Amino acid sequence: MALRQCAIYGKGGIGKSTTTQNLVAALAEMGKKVMIVGCDPKADSTRLILHSKAQTSVMALAAEAGSVEDLELEDVLSVGYGGVKCVESGGPEPGVGCAGRGVITAINFLEEEGAYDEDLDFVFYDVLGDVVCGGFAMPIRENKAQEIYIVCSGEMMAMYAANNIAKGIVKYANSGGVRLAGLICNSRNTDREDELIIALAERLGTQMIHFVPRDNAVQHAEIRRMTVIEYDPTHKQADEYRTLARKVFENKKFVIPTPIEMEELESLLMEFGIMEQEDETIVGKTASELAA
Amino acid sequence: MAALTREETEALIQEVLEVYPEKAQKDRAKHLAVNDHEANAKKCITSNRKSLPGVMTIRGCAYAGSKGVVWGPIKDMIHISHGPVGCGQYSRAGRRNYYVGVTGVNAFGEMNFTSDFQERDIVFGGDKKLAKLIDEIEVLFPLNKGISVQSECPIGLIGDDIEAVSKKATAKFGKTVVPVRCEGFRGVSQSLGHHIANDAIRDWVIGNRDAKEFASTPYDVAIIGDYNIGGDAWSSRILLEEMGLRVVAQWSGDGTLAEMENTPKVKLNLLHCYRSMNYISRHMEEKYGIPWVEYNFFGPTKVEESLRKIATYFDDTIKEGAERVIAKYKAMMDAVIAKYRPRLEGKRVMLYVGGLRPRHVIGAYEDLGMEVVGTGYEFAHNDDYERTVKEMGNATLLYDDVTGFEFEEFVKKVKPDLVGSGIKEKFIFQKMGIPFRQMHSWDYSGPYHGYDGFAIFARDMDMTLNNPCWKTQTPPWKKNDDAAPLAAAA
Repeated sequence: MALRQCAIYGKGGIGKSTTTQNLVAALAEMGKKVMIVGCDPKADSTRLILHSKAQTSVMALAAEAGSVEDLELEDVLSVGYGGVKCVESGGPEPGVGCAGRGVITAINFLEEEGAYDEDLDFVFYDVLGDVVCGGFAMPIRENKAQEIYIVCSGEMMAMYAANNIAKGIVKYANSGGVRLAGLICNSRNTDREDELIIALAERLGTQMIHFVPRDNAVQHAEIRRMTVIEYDPTHKQADEYRTLARKVFENKKFVIPTPIEMEELESLLMEFGIMEQEDETIVGKTASELAA
Repeated sequence: MAALTREETEALIQEVLEVYPEKAQKDRAKHLAVNDHEANAKKCITSNRKSLPGVMTIRGCAYAGSKGVVWGPIKDMIHISHGPVGCGQYSRAGRRNYYVGVTGVNAFGEMNFTSDFQERDIVFGGDKKLAKLIDEIEVLFPLNKGISVQSECPIGLIGDDIEAVSKKATAKFGKTVVPVRCEGFRGVSQSLGHHIANDAIRDWVIGNRDAKEFASTPYDVAIIGDYNIGGDAWSSRILLEEMGLRVVAQWSGDGTLAEMENTPKVKLNLLHCYRSMNYISRHMEEKYGIPWVEYNFFGPTKVEESLRKIATYFDDTIKEGAERVIAKYKAMMDAVIAKYRPRLEGKRVMLYVGGLRPRHVIGAYEDLGMEVVGTGYEFAHNDDYERTVKEMGNATLLYDDVTGFEFEEFVKKVKPDLVGSGIKEKFIFQKMGIPFRQMHSWDYSGPYHGYDGFAIFARDMDMTLNNPCWKTQTPPWKKNDDAAPLAAAA
């Protein structure tokens, strides 16, 4: 099969890295050849596959060697569970330098060094939560990821973020081939979460590709720096990720998203009781003013 | 050719504007004007605005204004170009700021010090590299008196804390280390770079010696805004000294850090380039009560005026000194004018330069019987044009941030005998068959300031204008006309 490049976006802390690695592990179990490219200075996108704390990143190695041109592909590429190839772009400590440039540099390096070889079936980019600058949009620019999955939950901020990411995709979808491939609901056990995400997916013109229930098995595996697939392959949560993997593999629904206006999103949230009707009369009033 | 009338000049501007698309036309129209002594400069011309995309502008950037103009000439400091290598390398020693000193020992103006950014410095930040670079400078060039950190564009994006590095280095080495936030993308031209550089001097240099003893005299002055191009500040300084003043500092051509730090002790600041250093002059006026006065040392008329104007700030000793100096050089100036004026009388000049010269050199040309019929600035503000309107004849052309196209068209129509601008313009006009002088670098000649400078100025203008080469060469488009009948005869 031809190489499929997918990018995973979503609000910070939503579980992108965990979901991505479990998904990738399930794909590997299916016999697919997969590479993960971590696009986050924290470099925690491959630890469950490699059983390591944090993989030594392209940028960290480049800084040590002098420049990125001094690196070889095998210096930065590690192979973990199921033959999954792992790379972390890396970047600076918070507050210094330019993390976005680190992503650009690392991805350019991978391309130039031929990391995307013909044997691969999938590449997954695990991208920092907030697309704060052009560097973090790098994975969805021309000739990179064509499919974008947004990890979200039934929480208000996660849905705001999903809608904003959809807006970003529109910009690149119109100039290139990138498409929204679906929402992955990583459950937080909020009320009617699945219905809500399905409704949001419909408004965005896409699908909720899978509802991943919350299960402590994920945390148990994570403590051991493992995916559930590897730690406890018989656990029902492992089957959830297998289902997700199969759905991604069979996915044909790639769309240019139709992001919604803030009012529409808010009314959706109100409909599901996540947001209270706003009381316009109290806006900008201090406690003493309200008491008076 | 006779001078253009007001109507003809206005028509010329309209004609040139016609090629632009509507929006550009509207914008550029505000930057082109016919000089009118009656009108308010603010109304007649717009300046200090962003250049239009698509035109050939002749402007620089904030880094050029700070590193290239204001800081670069301070000879005993090392100026680090913080960022990728190009900015420092291509601006190195490019401005003919003469200085006395041994390069690499106690003067560093011709060298390029840079943090030479690589990918990793962008990604991980360049603070550590900058600190290391300063350590290395201290080992390799221990006689430097201080360091300035000139920010290139990426520094403003990645947020390197150059202030913290500078403070640490100041404490470590006991030397002045100055961070300058002059990233090239800031502002519309090099002008903001001048301002930022002035502010950095205000914050990190002025006041450093306030508590120290200084043997003052009542006649202490500083030359502000003379970059000593081809030795300009030197030929200015001797006149000031001859009239009895003591020049404590030269800002910044052939200047030193100590001179700058001592400037708050002077009685009067003499400001030549108003555009690039009015800021620091105003600051010293506010903080120390030091008055400042603009002067113009181009051509004997303006030199005379300026010497007398400066003298009014002092007692009779200096006033007599000014008269003595004027009298001393009178015969020499008369001889220069007697020699060159007959060769240059009535010649018409168009200028396009930077900070002060578009107005300051007008008097020098007039001393030679020449007329400036068009002038403009790369990066002036309204106050510059207010000063220019008075110097230029009525109905002459004013052009702000002129585009390559406009400048060429104006020259084609106005047909001046001489064009004065920069290296990028030189060969265009020479190929049009028009004598040209570089008015940034003095065409590798100079100095042009003061009485000695005027003799050289007059010689250079004559040498260029009356060069026999202009008669011996026929441009190709004229050749065709002549060749046709010849071909027919053959």
